[in-house]
Amino acid sequence: MIYDVAIIGAGVSGAATAWQLSRYELKTILLEKAADVGFGVSKANSGIVHGGFHHPVSSLKARLEIRGNLMFEKLHHELGFPFKRCGILVAAFSEEEMSQVRKLYNQGIANGVTNLEMCSHERMLALEPKLNSEVVGGFYCPGGGTVEPYRYVFSLVEFAVRNGTELLCNWHLTKGEYLGDHWRLTAADGGIVEARYVVNAAGLFADEVSRSCGGEEFRIHPRKGEEYLLDRSSKGCPSHVIFPVPTKHSKGVLVIPTSEGTTMIGPTADPVDDKLDTETTSAHLRRILDQVRSMVNGISHRDLITSFAGLRPVLDTEDFYIAPSQKAPAFIQVAGIQSPGLTASPAIGEYVKDLLKGEGLRLMEKLHIEYELSPRHEARHETIENLDKLHDEDPAWTHIICRCEKISEAEIVEAVRKGHTTVDGVKFYTRAGMGRCQGGFCSAKILKIISRESGIPMQELTKRGGSSRILYGTLGDLEVRL
Amino acid sequence: MKEEKVDVAVIGAGAAGLAAATVIAAAGRKALVIDREDFPGGILRQCIHSGFGLKYYHEELTGPEYAERATIAAQKAGASFALGCTVTDIQIDMMGEFTLVLLSAADGVRKVHADAIVLAMGCRERNRGNIATPGTRPAGVFTAGSAQKLLNLEGCLPGKTAVIVGSGDIGLIMARRLKWSGMEVKGVVEIMPHPSGLARNIAQCLEDFGIPLWLEHSVTRIIGRDRVEGVEVAPLNHGEPDMSRSFTLECDTLLYSVGLIPETELAQQAGVLLDRDTGGPLVDANYETSVSGIFSAGNVLHVHDLVDFVSEEATRMAHCVLARLDGAPSAEKVGNEVGSNLKYVVPAFHTPGATTNFSFRPLIIADEALLRAESEGKTIWEKKLRFVRPAEMISVTLPGELLGHAPITFHLQDTATR
Ligand SMILES: Cc1cc2nc3c(=O)[nH]c(=O)nc-3n(C[C@H](O)[C@H](O)[C@H](O)COP(=O)(O)OP(=O)(O)OC[C@H]3O[C@@H](n4cnc5c(N)ncnc54)[C@H](O)[C@@H]3O)c2cc1C
Ligand SMILES: Cc1cc2nc3c(=O)[nH]c(=O)nc-3n(C[C@H](O)[C@H](O)[C@H](O)COP(=O)(O)OP(=O)(O)OC[C@H]3O[C@@H](n4cnc5c(N)ncnc54)[C@H](O)[C@@H]3O)c2cc1C
Repeated sequence: MIYDVAIIGAGVSGAATAWQLSRYELKTILLEKAADVGFGVSKANSGIVHGGFHHPVSSLKARLEIRGNLMFEKLHHELGFPFKRCGILVAAFSEEEMSQVRKLYNQGIANGVTNLEMCSHERMLALEPKLNSEVVGGFYCPGGGTVEPYRYVFSLVEFAVRNGTELLCNWHLTKGEYLGDHWRLTAADGGIVEARYVVNAAGLFADEVSRSCGGEEFRIHPRKGEEYLLDRSSKGCPSHVIFPVPTKHSKGVLVIPTSEGTTMIGPTADPVDDKLDTETTSAHLRRILDQVRSMVNGISHRDLITSFAGLRPVLDTEDFYIAPSQKAPAFIQVAGIQSPGLTASPAIGEYVKDLLKGEGLRLMEKLHIEYELSPRHEARHETIENLDKLHDEDPAWTHIICRCEKISEAEIVEAVRKGHTTVDGVKFYTRAGMGRCQGGFCSAKILKIISRESGIPMQELTKRGGSSRILYGTLGDLEVRL
Repeated sequence: MKEEKVDVAVIGAGAAGLAAATVIAAAGRKALVIDREDFPGGILRQCIHSGFGLKYYHEELTGPEYAERATIAAQKAGASFALGCTVTDIQIDMMGEFTLVLLSAADGVRKVHADAIVLAMGCRERNRGNIATPGTRPAGVFTAGSAQKLLNLEGCLPGKTAVIVGSGDIGLIMARRLKWSGMEVKGVVEIMPHPSGLARNIAQCLEDFGIPLWLEHSVTRIIGRDRVEGVEVAPLNHGEPDMSRSFTLECDTLLYSVGLIPETELAQQAGVLLDRDTGGPLVDANYETSVSGIFSAGNVLHVHDLVDFVSEEATRMAHCVLARLDGAPSAEKVGNEVGSNLKYVVPAFHTPGATTNFSFRPLIIADEALLRAESEGKTIWEKKLRFVRPAEMISVTLPGELLGHAPITFHLQDTATR
């Protein structure tokens, strides 16, 4: 069979494209090389829905950021992923920084962002009492927010799949040939997919995918950002996202109240050579701690629960490159999706859909679309009366597996049944193992449930696919030599 | 929704909860022991090595044997059990009666009303994220206790070659356990100049197996993309890693044994104040917390190294619970403090005239030391101690007639003649 559209890469860009296309009478397939969707850049970022004031509208990324931001409310209601419009504060700690803040504010106004407010020292502290009292002033952007990025990707994909999109994970594109009227795509394992149009949304690897399909030559430069997560009980959790005054290459190191109630600090912004280099370093941790402590009170390294790093896929132009290829036919490039890619993603999906239309793809709206995903129950958010009712349907609802985040067995089973069979996949879908003990207590139980539900033996379960096996074997597999 | 009323709800069926329930039920009071696991025993269940009970049962037992004895004692005394039940909430009404919310697969939501609560929730392990080890985030990184659970309760082998980060007791016990399972153990890396586990475990779990212990060394980087491939280790020079002398240990498994933290979230939710020094609830001489009617003992109160001390402490606490149920007033509170070389003292208060057992965690290593209680500038009590180690808790009893209305400060002094 020949699909209408094949999307390479199931990060926010690919997933949002699939979400958009699934409303039309099209046969779409989403191809992802990792074991699950969203395991690329889209799972390792700051999770901020940016306010639209950081970049001038002359850039594509700013235009899509502003549009994307406005689309989140509706998406959140339809798809149910965690999202909070908690607002953003940009804090200045000197007169010099204050003049920068004014420029940023003016840029926001010029970009058409509404409700921006210049703030005095007093106003800043009234809005956010946890700010260091030496704050000189700043501005407030109530339209900024936070989202759980992996949950967001899962929801987009779930919507698309519900509405007919096919998904293949562990599908690593190595070659694409245009056969006159359609593409023949080959995977590393020899699998073949044929489609009339191809969307290259391969994140850090968009340059390689473009090359392997005879598209434009360009280079993606990874720019690393380290992030650190603090426990729910951290006294430094603000109620808004706190930004410093930005530098040329980054928006600076932030303090982020995540939509799930933890605090995140970061990211750094350093160019690296290796697209797989997601190591964290103690020097950067120290730098982040120093910088955020100068902005917000109550942040302590004692509250650290975990760390990670993500790589922004950056092009020399520093802008998004979303356009039909001039070299490869029926091929849309979605490359250089660095920050604010997450924010922009709903608009990216829409934009790509329009480009496909421009390239001759016929879009006919489906008669029946399932707009809303059925609401997900989560033990931690239910009243005890509801939990008791849920228990009558399935006793697993009141069997708590992850104590720190209060995740029930039913939620883990649901994750596995929806296809998340790696430990990280289950963790990102449910939050089991994401709390303060980081799975110390529950990992054995979670492994058992995944194995039971998926039929994969315990020994073969992985953290995130590939060779990331959690266990080696069973007692007795190794010869004992003392 | 099932509802019931008991005299005392004991949260946690580890050594502490079991000992407490035994005393309370034996006195004819209705005690319900609640645990999220399907079997009582707490952490003891996965400690299949021996070395438990020498003091409390005068016999060397394994963890499960100790747990079994403690469980049978509680059952015989008449305590009832709610297993497979997680306590998710503690509510307090105007009359001071408690309502606990329990979730379980068997009963759904269950409410337990109680006149008193015993917090015996144990502790959790610090992990890689807490100490922010730099490097990649591959599979194969475990806390020592979770690896112990996987190995001893599920029969799963975590890997083939391990390095252990931190020299806590669980890590030491696991070093030997891994050897016995056919794994190679490349060594134990400890940042302090002294091991944080018991001397007997250093001898029996490392030395007997020729496993190296690198003191004053730190893991500076985890290597490996999908699965751990090794760690970079560097000696410390004035607390900073000396990278010129760093080396790499190849391994596919990392176990963290870098300390335990009292599991206090439920306690905090109930309004119980915590002690900054122990991380556990702040208690008076009755082991009663800042919330009248809520008591605490065992690892949730402060991290113990010997289970026997846990059972003893919980037994003492249970008698105080009984006295309070019988109408005794709450304890008069005079503050205690730690001075030199001690990390904490439990309880943080004494009652004038009441003979009290105090537990301390020393900060120094000394072959001979003097523990001294000072009040109003005068030494009111002192005791010579031998072989003081940060790994070993100090437990002493001070007679009531010495404990007056003035605060007491405890000091520990190294008195070994060098
Ligand atoms: C530290 C950091 C912080 C950030 N913070 C924010 C923020 O707060 N707000 C914001 O708006 N943006 C933020 N961003 C940017 C945002 O995360 C990215 O713009 C966005 O996630 C990019 O999504 P993507 O779908 O284009 O790429 P990805 O998520 O990387 O998706 C690409 C997918 O393609 C797959 N793939 C690659 N090659 C192949 C192949 N050959 N065959 C099949 N599949 C393939 C990959 O496995 C991957 O899943 C941040 C980025 C970083 C690194
Ligand atoms: C690995 C290890 C090795 C040790 N080795 C030795 C040794 O060799 N010799 C020795 O004497 N001592 C040893 N000890 C010390 C001793 O065994 C422990 O200190 C003691 O067992 C702790 O008892 P506890 O009751 O305080 O806590 P735990 O045994 O941890 O019990 C707490 C219980 O509370 C339950 N719980 C917690 N929260 C809830 C909730 N909300 N709802 C329901 N249930 C809950 C938990 O599931 C758990 O079962 C060792 C300890 C460990 C961890």
